[in-house]
Amino acid sequence: MSLPYILLALLILAVAGFFVGRGKALSSANGDPRILHSLPGYYGWNVVVLTLVPSLLVLIVWLIVQPAVINNHVSSMISEETAAASSLDLVMSDVARVADGLDLAVSQGAMDAEMANSIRTELTDVRGRLGQVGVALGSNVTAETLRAAQSYRGWNATGLLFRTIGVLAVAVLGFVLGVIRTNPDFRARNSVETVVRYILIAAASIAILTTVGIVLSLIFNTVEFFRLYPATDFFFGLTWSPSFGGGSELGIVPLIWATMYISLIALAVAVPIGLFAAVYLSEYATPHVRAIAKPLLEILAGIPTIVYGLFALLTVGPLLMNVFGGGGVLGVGWMQGASSVFTAGVVMGIMLIPFVSSLSDDIINAVPQAMRDGSLGLGATHSETVKQVILPAALPGIVGAILLAASRAIGETMIVVLGAGAAARLSVNPLEAMTTVTAKIVSQLTGDADFASPEALVAFALGMTLFVVTLMLNIVALYIVRKYREQYD
Amino acid sequence: MNEMPNIEQANEMTASKISADKVQVYYGDTHAIKDVDIEIEPRTVTAFIGPSGCGKSTFLRTLNRMNDTIDICRVEGSIKIDGEDIYDPKVDPVQLRAKVGMVFQKPNPFPKSIYDNIAYGPRIHGLARNKSELDDIVSSSLQKAGLWEEVKNRLDEPGTGMSGGQQQRLCIARAIAVSPEVILMDEPCSALDPIATAKVEELIDELRENFTIVIVTHSMQQAARVSQRTAFFHLGVLVEEGPTQEIFTNPKDKRTQDYITGRFG
Repeated sequence: MSLPYILLALLILAVAGFFVGRGKALSSANGDPRILHSLPGYYGWNVVVLTLVPSLLVLIVWLIVQPAVINNHVSSMISEETAAASSLDLVMSDVARVADGLDLAVSQGAMDAEMANSIRTELTDVRGRLGQVGVALGSNVTAETLRAAQSYRGWNATGLLFRTIGVLAVAVLGFVLGVIRTNPDFRARNSVETVVRYILIAAASIAILTTVGIVLSLIFNTVEFFRLYPATDFFFGLTWSPSFGGGSELGIVPLIWATMYISLIALAVAVPIGLFAAVYLSEYATPHVRAIAKPLLEILAGIPTIVYGLFALLTVGPLLMNVFGGGGVLGVGWMQGASSVFTAGVVMGIMLIPFVSSLSDDIINAVPQAMRDGSLGLGATHSETVKQVILPAALPGIVGAILLAASRAIGETMIVVLGAGAAARLSVNPLEAMTTVTAKIVSQLTGDADFASPEALVAFALGMTLFVVTLMLNIVALYIVRKYREQYD
Repeated sequence: MNEMPNIEQANEMTASKISADKVQVYYGDTHAIKDVDIEIEPRTVTAFIGPSGCGKSTFLRTLNRMNDTIDICRVEGSIKIDGEDIYDPKVDPVQLRAKVGMVFQKPNPFPKSIYDNIAYGPRIHGLARNKSELDDIVSSSLQKAGLWEEVKNRLDEPGTGMSGGQQQRLCIARAIAVSPEVILMDEPCSALDPIATAKVEELIDELRENFTIVIVTHSMQQAARVSQRTAFFHLGVLVEEGPTQEIFTNPKDKRTQDYITGRFG
């Protein structure tokens, strides 16, 4: 039985289990649900859980273990010389292809099952026969590969059979156990809720484990990079000039500098505008205006960053060129091209406005009405109240919001790629093109990168650096926000 | 109410600090306060009592126009303080609130230092010309609120770190600091324990010397202890108003009697 059919069978068994379990519970209570410990539905769910959970677990483990075991067995059939001639992985994938081809040939009737198991390269043109059913092989099939493939098929078929039997047996066992345990005193509700709790725990662990996995993969590659390239040169090098031919200089300083510079400009744009917008929305706007303006502002947060990038490239950049460029309004010629730190910073700032305003708005709203009353009751005007009571009270939360926006700015890529240029440069002139850590990660990993070279591995070191910086910003932000929360609880 | 002898009433008219005439308050379509007439005497404590939702807090808030901050609230009739209509368009509600201070149900010190809490009002209204004058205002306000001895060595600590009773007295000191003429108190002791309550009541009694005080309370014992005059509200109507002694011992209205003897409310 193939996988979809097994799942279908489990599902049918589970649905049947629900009704059987519920029915048995009701009949054991003589149709009076008040005698039961739990609602009848819980007894049904209990059978469902016992049917599905153990059998699905067996299935998952089987799906992971079986290919590994079979691969192990079959690869032992491959002789040392063959393995040495090309790599074992390549031979094994050939074996798998031939085995798949034989399966296909059997299913299309080009061979019968007996023949698939007995054909020999000495007697049959296997490549030709498989070609007829649409399986193209790169080279002629060797006797060894064919034997391995046939054995592979055999193992797979056996595995499939045992998998089907095993999984269904566990499911039926669970089903029966669930039905047997169903009696009016059985605490079905509690046991179902326990299972639900474990499911929730499993979901949470997956999220956390994924994070750990990401960090680990970054760390391994970063360590690999530092083995090839000295860490001091990476962290303190002032030049970024990778060349895949060798002799690269991979100093992070110009990239970090541009990242910080752009983020700073972005925050200089986003913080005042976002904060003022938040104060207006939460303190002065009538409910009607607020109901319209707040969602509109939050639409900004939903625009894909690549669109902001286009905006930077096609609108803001040329606009700045018209002002600061050679033939511009000011006639100063400070700006050489549309791409610049300033262009990217301004556009990124626009992107961040809703972050700052939305979070700050929530935080300002969380300041208790009692604070406003207290201040107004002393004869303060509304703006004095905002300035001297509400903003100071909300300040820690606002700082948290700004830090979250900052970590967004540091990690932003598309706006930088399109708006800031591609040349790594150390300069204080915001109208010059520079490039950031994220943009360089993209450029180091796109194209024909050899993953063993420092020029490609540096991307992981860059990513790790960025990860650490944003992680620290987030921790600080969370700490501040939490401290703020305690104030009024 | 017109239940007192005419001569006595006439005397009160001339001397009253606040006089309300046919005051109506609406929240949207709800008629929350109906036809309230009351004279509040200077340098006395007047208590507003009544069951929850009877409008006593709403009426209190009309006296310094705190209801202005609620969009759907509408006030009709006239309320005069020292003969001046506070709902006249010429009156700045912000100035009015400096003159008619307010203390709220829950202590609401600002998340600032004790010193800054007290100095907040004087700074806004420019009452002090220099730092030493401000220091004087802070210390004298705290002294009047009976808090000076407890906090004089920790003026730069946050006001939110004090106990509930201290916080409420801090809020009273904060209200005193802008030298108001009237102090409105909206159930100032409802969040306090009996000991803190006793201290605040003692303070209210002392403040009577310099300020006109209107206090809303749910505790009839408290009304009896601190007030000289009591007004009983019921369903948005001022049922009865008179000397506290009289209201509690010899109420004229059946509803007042029922309320103070605990038969409803």
